Amino acid sequence: MKKEDRLEEINPIETLLRMDRIPHIWCPGCGIGTVVTSFAEALRKSKIDLDKVVVVSGIGCTGRVAGYIKLDSFHTTHGRAVPFATGLKIANPELKVVVFSGDGDIAGIGGNHFIHAARRNMDIVVILVNNFNYAMTGGQVAATTPISANASTAPYGNFEYPFNLPYLAEASGATYVARWTALHLRRVTKSIQEALAKRGFSFIEVITPCVTLYARRNRLGDGLNLLKYYYEKSEIQHGADTRTLDISYQGKLIVGKFVDIEKPTFLDCMNEHLGKVLGDKYQPYGVSHDRD
Amino acid sequence: MKADPKGVLTGAHYLDGDFALAEGALAAGCRFFAGYPITPSTETAERFSERIPRVGGVFIQMEDELGSMAALIGASWAGKKAMTVTSGPGFSLMMENIGLACMMETPLVIANVQRGGPSTGLPTLTGQQDMMQARWGSHGDYEIIALSPDSPQECFNLTIEAFNLSEIFRVPAFVMTDECVGHMTEKVIIPPAEEIELVERKWYTGPKDKYLPYKPDKDMIPFMVKAGDGYHFHSTGLTRDERGYPVINAECQDFCVRHLVDKIKMNADKIIKIEEEEIDSAEIIVISYGITSRVTTRAVRKARKAGIKVGTIRLITVWPFPEKRIKELAKRIKAFVFPEINYGQVVLEAERCVEGQTKVIGVPHCGGWVHNPDDIFKVIKEASK
Repeated sequence: MKKEDRLEEINPIETLLRMDRIPHIWCPGCGIGTVVTSFAEALRKSKIDLDKVVVVSGIGCTGRVAGYIKLDSFHTTHGRAVPFATGLKIANPELKVVVFSGDGDIAGIGGNHFIHAARRNMDIVVILVNNFNYAMTGGQVAATTPISANASTAPYGNFEYPFNLPYLAEASGATYVARWTALHLRRVTKSIQEALAKRGFSFIEVITPCVTLYARRNRLGDGLNLLKYYYEKSEIQHGADTRTLDISYQGKLIVGKFVDIEKPTFLDCMNEHLGKVLGDKYQPYGVSHDRD
Repeated sequence: MKADPKGVLTGAHYLDGDFALAEGALAAGCRFFAGYPITPSTETAERFSERIPRVGGVFIQMEDELGSMAALIGASWAGKKAMTVTSGPGFSLMMENIGLACMMETPLVIANVQRGGPSTGLPTLTGQQDMMQARWGSHGDYEIIALSPDSPQECFNLTIEAFNLSEIFRVPAFVMTDECVGHMTEKVIIPPAEEIELVERKWYTGPKDKYLPYKPDKDMIPFMVKAGDGYHFHSTGLTRDERGYPVINAECQDFCVRHLVDKIKMNADKIIKIEEEEIDSAEIIVISYGITSRVTTRAVRKARKAGIKVGTIRLITVWPFPEKRIKELAKRIKAFVFPEINYGQVVLEAERCVEGQTKVIGVPHCGGWVHNPDDIFKVIKEASK
């Protein structure tokens, strides 16, 4: 049998991965890979022009995603993936820019950029992989660590209030907000597809297992145990009030699509407003005749 | 390549240095500006916000300088010429992503209208205290290009030059001006677009699957592509190989860092511009840059009247430093005198180049105002004895 006839050997997402960089660096039981699979699947199903899709990551475990996706991809500095994406998007509005990074990167060090991009309704997709800790550096406490969970820099348990990320995103102006876990693969894929099809600031939080650090330090077992936790404690509540989405240690996980509204984007607002004020003197920006 | 007339405000104007920076950038084809307000550079951002909607570009006021620099790198990779402007405190925040711009070999321009530091320092008063920061401010080894205008006219000219150099060498280029020049209003002649020579980015045109974003070409500079053109390339802030893939070992680090440094070092002669006056007969040479060279003029005139043989060197390019020329002159003069509005920064570089062959006498000034020409004159006089 010739190799090309053996269908089972060709993974349909291989064409979207830099196979020359596989195996990846993620630990066994880590959830990032499954989110990447969902992302690749969503791209495939979306049938969008892949030449126009750009992936931007920051620093951390999830920050490595950009390096494995075989599209135009940038692995930037810690926390700055969102403003980097902002520059790409408004310099070439034809691009579909996806920020793929972790909780520490986007909500911790990059929190200010995150809320401002949402406020401006920058037309980008933000996929935030939340593993409740700074994993790349060894499992330190994060802005997302549930109260009482242990971390290497919270050896007696965390006592800081964590972020409720969907609430933060909605309050800042995001037009699409969803949360899933690594267990809800098809739902993640569907959300990414919806976000890719949408114009505006889209935010998808995916809660994933960090087996090597978060789970081990909290004696929560392996990846399967965490998926079991997601299975038992997650509850789909589409349209839930984002104020109610706090996550407590091993507590209930409200997941679903919470926000999906239409609102003019940064460039829409800029073109409309400046067009109105400047009239003929305004050179509409980002429309096709402007490209050189 | 000639400038696009759309962005060129041809004519004789009465502009301050900050405005001239913006006009220089627009003439150079800059169509993306991201920045954050900071005294004494804000007028450049204001001018951009007013002018750029009329020439088909985009202005965005970012949430901070960290974001401004990140947005600039993104915009440059999307194919736009991009610029920001700042002053000391903002410059400090930009250092993180200036390192990324160097690592990703991204053309872009940063203007720093310097004020007195450290910290918040003197927001409204002048300084030349970020010169070493421009050179060394981000962590790790890298080289950049820094120019220093001494007038609004030169703010215009050197911003265009900075864009050209950044495009040629795929490196961030700095226009290091200061509060005095930034807020000084003088005549600025903006030539017709067809007289403004611009450099086109060196685009890759080969087969898509063969593109290597960091493979040095014969001139050491790798070809560039735009995001969105179908090359599916990768770029990272990690130490990387020709493919742009991270490789974490000493061999790749050597390839990567050596290239970032050498592409500027080896091309220094092509980059460096200095202005010399009465050098041949000089016993004393005053080196200066930016606003300080204008103050120096008066001190030198007084010294010549007093019969001292003084020459001057004005650094239009500060980084890379004109090492060769300084070494050469060191052999035959009594002393270099080097005033600058800081406690001694670029003078250290002159000292290094001179290698003890002659004296190098700094004339430091902590900032807040320019030198009194007499203070420079006294040092010249002392040195001539």
